[in-house]
Amino acid sequence: MKHNPAFYWKLFSSTFALSAFTFGGGYVIIPLMRKKFVEQYRWIGEEEMLDLIAIAQSSPGAIAVNASILIGYRLAGIPGALVTILGTVLPPLLILSVLSYFYAAFRANRVVAAVLKGMQAGVAAVIFDVVVGMAIQVGKEKKLLPVLMMLGAFAAAYLLGWNVILILLICGLLGAGRALYGERQGGEKG
Amino acid sequence: MMAYLALFWSFFQIGLFSIGGGYAAMPLIQEQVVEINGWLSLGEFADVVTLSQMTPGPIAINAATFVGIRVGGIGGAVVATLGCVAPSCIIVLILAKLYYKYRSLSLIKGVLAGLRPAVVALIAAAGMSILTLSFWGTGGEIRLASTDWVAVLLFAAGFFVLRKWKPNPIFVMLGAGALGGVLYLVLDLPV
Repeated sequence: MKHNPAFYWKLFSSTFALSAFTFGGGYVIIPLMRKKFVEQYRWIGEEEMLDLIAIAQSSPGAIAVNASILIGYRLAGIPGALVTILGTVLPPLLILSVLSYFYAAFRANRVVAAVLKGMQAGVAAVIFDVVVGMAIQVGKEKKLLPVLMMLGAFAAAYLLGWNVILILLICGLLGAGRALYGERQGGEKG
Repeated sequence: MMAYLALFWSFFQIGLFSIGGGYAAMPLIQEQVVEINGWLSLGEFADVVTLSQMTPGPIAINAATFVGIRVGGIGGAVVATLGCVAPSCIIVLILAKLYYKYRSLSLIKGVLAGLRPAVVALIAAAGMSILTLSFWGTGGEIRLASTDWVAVLLFAAGFFVLRKWKPNPIFVMLGAGALGGVLYLVLDLPV
C-alpha cells in the first residue's frame, strides 16, 4: 500500500464519513469500521481487527476514537493516527459547534423547550435501560464482591457525593488485586 | 490562557478516567463541568447529554466542544477536544505496543472486570441526577406535589419500550420529544 496523498485522503474521508453518519456511540461504529477496513478495503486482517477492537475497549476514552487511532497507526504510523483522529473528531466538533451557537436562541423557544423536556425524560429512560442491562451482566457472574462494589460505588457517588475518579481508582485496585489473587489460586476464575 | 489550561486539564481527566466506552464518560463530565468548574448548570448538562444522543460522535467529544465554546469560543472547543483525546492517544499506543509484544491483556482485563461494577454504579448515579431533574426540575426538592407527571409517564413508557423491544434509542428519544412536546404545550405546563 502506497502512502501517497490519495491514500491519506481515503483514510481521512472514510473515518470522517463513519464518524459523521454513525449515531449511537462506540458499539455501533466498531462493526462499521470492521466492514470498511477489513471487508471493503482489505487493509487489515479479520483476526488483527478483533485484537485492535479489544485494545480499543481496554483503553480509556471513547471507543470510536481509540479504534480509529489504532487503525491509523497500524496502516501508516503516527501520521496515519493523526489523520484518523482528525477524521473521527471533526464531525462531532463541527456539529456541536453549530448547535451550541444556536442553543441559547433554541432554548428560549417554548416549543423547543417542550420537546427538549420530553427528550430529557427519554434520555433518562435510555440511560436506565443501559444501566439495567449492565447490572444484569454484573449479577450474572454470581459473585458477591462485584455486586457489593456496585452498590457501594453507587452509594458513594450518589448519596455521599464522593469524587468519581477516587471511586474508580479504589475499584480498579480491587479488580487488580482480585485478578492477581485469582492467578495465584492456580488459574481458578477469581 | 488560564481558562484554556483549566479546560484542557478537565477534559484530560475525563478522557483518562472514562473506561468502558459509551456512557462511562457521563459521570466524569458531570463532575468536572457541573460540580467542580460550574461551566454548565445541571439542566444544560442534561441538554448536552440529550443533544449527544441525537447527533453522531462520542458524548465526551460532544461535551468538550459544547463546553469549550461556552468557555473560550472555537479555540476553547479545540483545546477541550485535544485534552479529551490526548490520554487515548498515549495509552492506546502503549497498550498496542505491549500487546504486539506479549499478545496478552490478562491483567488489564482483570482491572477492567473490577471496574465494570463501578462504571455501572457511576452511570446510574449520573442517570439519577438527570432523572430527578426531569421529574422535579432544578429546585432539587423531591415532593409529590411538585412532580412532573408527564416526565414520569414518558420515562416509564420509554423504559418499557426499550426493555421489551430493544429499538434503537434514537427512536425512543424522538418519540419522547414529540409526545412530550405535544403534551407540555396542549396541557400548558411549565417547561
